[in-house]
Amino acid sequence: MKITHEIREKTITIALDGELDASSSVMLDEELSKPEIMLFNKILVDCENLNYISSAGLGVFISHLQRFEDAQIKLIFFNMQEKVKNVFEILGLDLLMTIVSTYDEAMTVANE
Amino acid sequence: MNNSIRISCNLDNLKVFRNFVTEFLHPYAINKIVLNQIILAVDEITANLIKHANKEDESKSVKLTILQLGDTFLFELTDNGIPFDPTTYVEPDMPTKIKDKKGGGWGLFLVKQIMDKVEFSSQGNHNVCRLYKTVSKVPVPAKQD
Repeated sequence: MKITHEIREKTITIALDGELDASSSVMLDEELSKPEIMLFNKILVDCENLNYISSAGLGVFISHLQRFEDAQIKLIFFNMQEKVKNVFEILGLDLLMTIVSTYDEAMTVANE
Repeated sequence: MNNSIRISCNLDNLKVFRNFVTEFLHPYAINKIVLNQIILAVDEITANLIKHANKEDESKSVKLTILQLGDTFLFELTDNGIPFDPTTYVEPDMPTKIKDKKGGGWGLFLVKQIMDKVEFSSQGNHNVCRLYKTVSKVPVPAKQD
């Protein structure tokens, strides 16, 4: 699992590369737990190279959702592979989280 | 291809099982999403066995055996850790989890949504979890020399 990020003003784009399982999800949790993350008002998650996600990976996003919502930080996923999106859908997370197709769409939703 | 594999109880070994399931099912040309779901179900049970039943003790192991029964696949996971009692299982509630900022506890829920049948049995400290999944239009695998 490789996690990289790009910062543009108040937006951070986090790119996930690899497989998010019970072992690697710890890294993502550490990334999202950093105090600096609360300085942004938009967190865009680029899932283009996210090839796999298990409940441990989903759990990281679920556990941070309330904190981001309380701080009015928008969390938006984009470029998600169908098989990965399907796992979000099984838990009904596609209805609770914002998942869009492209970066442009993510930016449009983020700026609404 | 061999139909069984054993890993020691380290979460880094989860990908070994995922790769094994992927390779085993490759000849059957299963729909990508269904294939990912099957891999996920095996991964979730294995993660629970490593973390909860065997406390990530690397001197212990989990064995996976895959059997084909007609168009149904059986994934059998065996270990010698603390037995899981399925009668104690309580389905998690998403709004509560989000409010409490707790992300865990969705593994078995996912497995139950994905698999057609999930069985747990224990005898002494020998535990077996059986996952059954029927897959449509399974072609006969090519004969190998």
